[in-house]
Amino acid sequence: MYKRLAEAGTPVAITVDGKPISARAGDTVAAALIAAGIDHCRTTPVSGAPRAPYCLMGVCFECLVTVDGVGSRQGCLMPVRDGMTVETQTGKREAGR
Amino acid sequence: MNASDLASSYDLVVIGGGPAGLAAAALAARAGLATVLFDENPGVGGQIYRAITFSPVKDRAVLGEDYWAGAELAAEAQASGALIVNGATVWSLDPARLVGVSIAGQARLIEASRVIIATGSLERPFPIPGWTLPGVMSAGGAQTALKAQGLVPNGKTVLAGGGPLLWLLAAQILRAGGRLDAILDTTPRGNWLRALAHLPDFVLSPYFSKGLKLLREVRAKVRVIRVDRLEAVGGERLREVVFGTADGERRMPADLLLLHQGVVPNVNLAIAAGLAHTWNERQLCFEPVVDRDFNSSVPGISVAGDGAGIAGGTAAAERGRIAAIAAVRALKPEASVPDVQIVRQKLRREAMGRAFLDGLNRPAASFRQPTGDTIVCRCEEVTAKQVRDTADLGCEGPNQMKAFLRCGMGPCQGRLCGLTVTELIAAQRGTTPAEVGYYRLRPPVKPITLSELASLPIAEAERKAVER
Repeated sequence: MYKRLAEAGTPVAITVDGKPISARAGDTVAAALIAAGIDHCRTTPVSGAPRAPYCLMGVCFECLVTVDGVGSRQGCLMPVRDGMTVETQTGKREAGR
Repeated sequence: MNASDLASSYDLVVIGGGPAGLAAAALAARAGLATVLFDENPGVGGQIYRAITFSPVKDRAVLGEDYWAGAELAAEAQASGALIVNGATVWSLDPARLVGVSIAGQARLIEASRVIIATGSLERPFPIPGWTLPGVMSAGGAQTALKAQGLVPNGKTVLAGGGPLLWLLAAQILRAGGRLDAILDTTPRGNWLRALAHLPDFVLSPYFSKGLKLLREVRAKVRVIRVDRLEAVGGERLREVVFGTADGERRMPADLLLLHQGVVPNVNLAIAAGLAHTWNERQLCFEPVVDRDFNSSVPGISVAGDGAGIAGGTAAAERGRIAAIAAVRALKPEASVPDVQIVRQKLRREAMGRAFLDGLNRPAASFRQPTGDTIVCRCEEVTAKQVRDTADLGCEGPNQMKAFLRCGMGPCQGRLCGLTVTELIAAQRGTTPAEVGYYRLRPPVKPITLSELASLPIAEAERKAVER
């Protein structure tokens, strides 16, 4: 969906669901997901529908991800850091779990 | 910067680091007020000057000179002596001016003699069928990705909606060598009549020549189609855009659909702090009630910038200066400040042309008041039909609607559904948005963890109040 204009930023190594992703210094978590072509970052708690970052300015809360073990972080407000682990969130309530 | 490094009180707390916040902090700090500016983003600039200090987009022509003008504002604020803290989320403000802020997972409550809310604007909700699909983004989101990370669309891209930002983004994507397949213009033709009365003012304003140039630049390169209906279609993600034109329904395959329907004040913190708000019928949104110095209804708290009503980035800086001058006069009357009359004059010049733009870009009712299964509240997945049916049952306002449907109770706290729910209730009950009102908002206006709350220092009296 998106390409990078300049590949000038220093590479930053993060993992998304255990897979290494090459982010750049200056990326937010949400921007790194978009740049890596990751289609959606969570499924909703109500219907389980897939969602992806929408506003990238901290108001829509669509880019909620688990960062370094803490859930529901706003990916668009968090700068990437070397070694950061990002997990996509499965939201739908599952009976019996 | 850690939360524990902050002082327990400041003369002035500025919330938001866009043009209004930067200009206000710079002026107040220079006049000698102990000033702190909190901004939740990684860098200053707000949305209009997003990433102004570290944008990877080096070719200045791509984002344009109006963007780079923000660099001076940022530099001024940084040199002013104001403490500027990024990555700082303000989650609470009360009428006694106690500011709840979190930095890197650590919370503090800070006392302020004066507060300037400069939380700016956000994009008006644009609820069309399929707008929650991955592959559909707000135009502002795409612009942020371009400014801050140098990301440009390279798949099949459709831009839809109306308003000045839509055309600016189109031009920026094209200059950057990105892909843009079509622009679907949702502006109703009748808007020209609405705007016409304000044309003379507009022609004299700087918007006029800039706007014409932008339109010409974009129209020379991209198909522009006027549409009266819009739908994003796909399963797990966006596959195509379906739209209604004068010649009937058409479909276009798309990887990315960017939506924009103008901007409205970001009122969450201001409403939660108890500031009186009013409905602006020309701009179709709620805005705080402010006087000419941008003082709100709550003593010591003012609102500057687009958060006080949409007027644009350059006006926002002037508004910030006026609010800061009022703060300095209140706290340190002997300090020297710029002549407020000169700033007011500049602000008046900036306001020229705004009425024309508001009239021309007024979004059609059909794009503000959806029907059927179109999702209104994205967080709780509440549809337009549910809201309309519940209003028909007798539900009179958005707060009662929460009890019925949970709309506005998800993590975004109504930021993406509030205006839609108000307008739908008004339409259904044959009354006005002013009459219906807005969601009652309460702190925390941004989510914080229990451990952040627990980390707040507790006074002896507070401990005794709950301990037996």
